[in-house]
Amino acid sequence: MLNFDTIKVGDALPSREHTANIVQLFMYNAAIWNPHRIHFDHAYATEEEGYPGIVLDGPLQGDWIGQVVTDWIGEDATLVSFGYTNRRAAMLGETMTAGGKVEEKNEQTKEVKVSLYLQNSEGEVTIPGHAVVRFA
Amino acid sequence: MAELLSPEIKACIGQASPSIHVEVTRRDLRKYAVSTGQKAKKYLDGDVAPPLFHFGYAMEILPVDELRKDGIAEDKLIPELPLKRLMAGSSDTVYHRPIYAGDKLVVTRKLKDLYEKEGRTGPLIFVVTEVVVETEAGEPVLNETTSLIAR
Repeated sequence: MLNFDTIKVGDALPSREHTANIVQLFMYNAAIWNPHRIHFDHAYATEEEGYPGIVLDGPLQGDWIGQVVTDWIGEDATLVSFGYTNRRAAMLGETMTAGGKVEEKNEQTKEVKVSLYLQNSEGEVTIPGHAVVRFA
Repeated sequence: MAELLSPEIKACIGQASPSIHVEVTRRDLRKYAVSTGQKAKKYLDGDVAPPLFHFGYAMEILPVDELRKDGIAEDKLIPELPLKRLMAGSSDTVYHRPIYAGDKLVVTRKLKDLYEKEGRTGPLIFVVTEVVVETEAGEPVLNETTSLIAR
């Protein structure tokens, strides 16, 4: 149970690793109805568009940092806002780590602001993000 | 810096795509949850949508021969720009209530702004759109502001 009163600015949110395989990426693009070839056609992505491999969708990576927040709050708070920025590309097969940290606490509104990140194995952040959650 | 955005292009600011009506099915929610690797039971069971589930509703469903060579559907909301390479920028969503299985939603996309900036490697055009999701009864569900960058 996550309790507003015991949350401290600077607390780390539990992190999680994601390594999408080609089947998962196919299912994701089918689920959102995205026929962009850079996400499933290796020859097209590398030869026509010059990527080093098949490209992970930005919104899939955005979802992974969203899960850092939704898994952290469970049913104990509600999501007020969430945002992410595509900073650099990530390729299929890369292991990405999603995590976050408490940035601000508002005692009046019982809202907590967190920063989020998705980083590759080199420690480069591909997708930074932020969210606000509200406790009852 | 030369003006890239002509008055004709700027005049497109404020226009909206035709609203899309969708029925949210548990099966669609489950597909999204599994493919994104969700762990929460409420998502895997398809009771409620994860925060970015609505992204797919902005994707147009077109016959295959109407897609470009790269597989993408031409975005009719965005006017033809003098810079051609479009990159995903950012997404910011404010949530009013979750999306549940069985919801009947209306999704509308609007072109909010077009502006240019000098980037490190040359001129950039920022394309700002807003996705508004509400129920058919008019209850607000979420507002998402997205930015794309053309260079």
